[in-house]
Amino acid sequence: MSIRERLSGNEAIAYCLKQINPDVMGAFPITPSTEIPQYFSAYVANGEVDTEFVAVESEHSAMSCCIGAEAAGARAVTATSSCGLALMWEMLYIAASCRLPITLACVNRTLSGPININNDHSDSMGARDAGWIQIYAENNQEAYDNMCMAMRIGEHPDVMLPVMVCQDGFITSHAIENIELLEDEKVKAFVGEYKPAEYLLHPDHPVAMGPYDTQPYYYEHKYQQVIAMENAKEVIANVFKEFGEMSGRKYDFIEKYMMDDAEEAIVIIGSSAGTAKEAVKRLRAEGKKVGLIKLRVFRPFPAAQIVEALKGVKVVAIMDKADSFNANGGPLFEEVCTSLIGEENIPKVVNYIYGIGGRDVSVETIEEVFTNLDEILKTGNVGQKYRHIGVRGL
Amino acid sequence: MAYNFKEVMEKPDRLTSGHRLCAGCGAPIALRGVLRALEPGDKAVIANATGCVEVSTFTYPCTSFTESYIHSAFECAAATLSGAETAYRALKKRGKIDDTYKFIAFGGDGGTYDIGFQSLSGAMERGHDLVYVCYDNEAYMNTGIQRASSTPRFADVTTAPAGSVIPGKQQNKKNLTEIIAAHNVAYVGQTTFIGNFSDFYEKAHKAIYTPGAAFLNVMAPCPRGWRYPAEKLMEMTKLAVETCVWPLYEVIDGKWIVNYIPKDKKPVEEYLKPQGRFAHMFKPGNEWMIEAVQKEVDRNWEALLTKADSTK
Repeated sequence: MSIRERLSGNEAIAYCLKQINPDVMGAFPITPSTEIPQYFSAYVANGEVDTEFVAVESEHSAMSCCIGAEAAGARAVTATSSCGLALMWEMLYIAASCRLPITLACVNRTLSGPININNDHSDSMGARDAGWIQIYAENNQEAYDNMCMAMRIGEHPDVMLPVMVCQDGFITSHAIENIELLEDEKVKAFVGEYKPAEYLLHPDHPVAMGPYDTQPYYYEHKYQQVIAMENAKEVIANVFKEFGEMSGRKYDFIEKYMMDDAEEAIVIIGSSAGTAKEAVKRLRAEGKKVGLIKLRVFRPFPAAQIVEALKGVKVVAIMDKADSFNANGGPLFEEVCTSLIGEENIPKVVNYIYGIGGRDVSVETIEEVFTNLDEILKTGNVGQKYRHIGVRGL
Repeated sequence: MAYNFKEVMEKPDRLTSGHRLCAGCGAPIALRGVLRALEPGDKAVIANATGCVEVSTFTYPCTSFTESYIHSAFECAAATLSGAETAYRALKKRGKIDDTYKFIAFGGDGGTYDIGFQSLSGAMERGHDLVYVCYDNEAYMNTGIQRASSTPRFADVTTAPAGSVIPGKQQNKKNLTEIIAAHNVAYVGQTTFIGNFSDFYEKAHKAIYTPGAAFLNVMAPCPRGWRYPAEKLMEMTKLAVETCVWPLYEVIDGKWIVNYIPKDKKPVEEYLKPQGRFAHMFKPGNEWMIEAVQKEVDRNWEALLTKADSTK
């Protein structure tokens, strides 16, 4: 029997990590992810886990510590947000290239400056090319479930890549919701033991990691990361399936909401999908053919699933909770457009930057997007493709 | 057991030949010497900051180390090793590891005094059972002899060159050994290559085998950067010690112990003169520079003796 609880997103992540009981956690406080190491160190202090907790002196050292620990053969985890993730930047690439399946709970917060502690996706979107798998949650339940699945994905021998489990700062991290937890034994059995093939403390032979890698080899090593990310697609699909069978909660790379016969759609990531679903529901009640695609996995990018989901859609708004400052469009917009190139009968596409620095996203915000999609559908004219919604002075 | 030069030198090398460091480089001597202090049967995990040693000893697919080794980045050898050491404790506790491992980080002065300073301070403060060894050659040698906080005053380096208006680096060398001692770690030692290497070996052994965080600062000259003939390495280190530019000392349980007090402290000119990086100091009119260096060396030496005296 699953356990019904009421937990915040941060508590849900910490609770899942308690059930997993990893070998090492190295973490540094930063709003809004601070609670994760805080809850977790209480589990350590009270003997509820026997994880070695390292209260490092910076996020750079948090990721470095996790790299050292995971390289030595341990299962290592960390949590961070915003500038903390930015300070890890250099090490994120090194974790991925050393093929160390570290798990990072990213509680999304905007990047400075100006300094702002609220939610958008600029932190993890900035790290999108670091070679990490990225999974995003709409609500606390998904945050918990994604954490349950993360290690099975990252540690798979065909993958061996680090995983970022992302949720929206404050919106889900601090909001208490009903949640269904799994029994400890079920989580432990599902996650299993970490058994890397090679590690520094290998009993039979020494192992060297992190070489100076010159022109004859470097490209091949980077290409191995390309293959690993490609392999992750199948592994993720299988882990989702297995998790669904175990928990009864079925997940996919994307979630389609009222997409059957939809002519207008939005593609969105994270907690705002919940708000947007309400808008879609209202508009459907008015007889409008609208739908929503929620992206759960951003790395690897589920291009095929998105293309398939958009078949029959006439106009789509790609919602970006991060800007690229490229005078052209946000990261999700660019990737969706790239996925559509070369396909037949593709929809008209428009990009909305929204919710920057915690700017409120209401049902009305999303309804406004659909009103604009109506206009595009009616006139056949997309107009400005790169748009900002909810900002004053437009 | 008394130090036996022959026995120590006959131990198998854990940094093997074939690496690509320059002839006369002090760094591999420091590394090989520290690794000789490992007891036979004990294994090690070595972490290395980016620098000359890293690019010259582990160029894919070859490594010069017989021990497990990890390089992650420039500024975080200490944090990386603290993770490995933590993993060792975690896995040992869970019965997944049998062997005895020692944890040793190697960083140049750039990766230690400067960019790696925070990571080092964090690892020292947390008290991980590891040794951080700095091979100090007093500049960023891997990128071409740039100024570091470890570069001594007036040294002619490529980002603080001795020009017609500014005569080299303007600031004194950072005293990192004392800063780490202020962390109250288990063991701090400052050494270099001198005589039969007993001072160096014994400090390396204590650093490795004292439980808790340990720091070893080894002057490891760079003939290219210091501009002296490569074969004169041991003369340079000897002069550094005999002039008290680089005193040999250790700090154990709050006690400051000076390991060598020269009978006749040599004037700093003798150390500065053979080095091209200080050549401009010997031009007529620049005598004040030598006087300033002598004054600084004397002040530091007296302060060290006072510390040793007051913590007897």
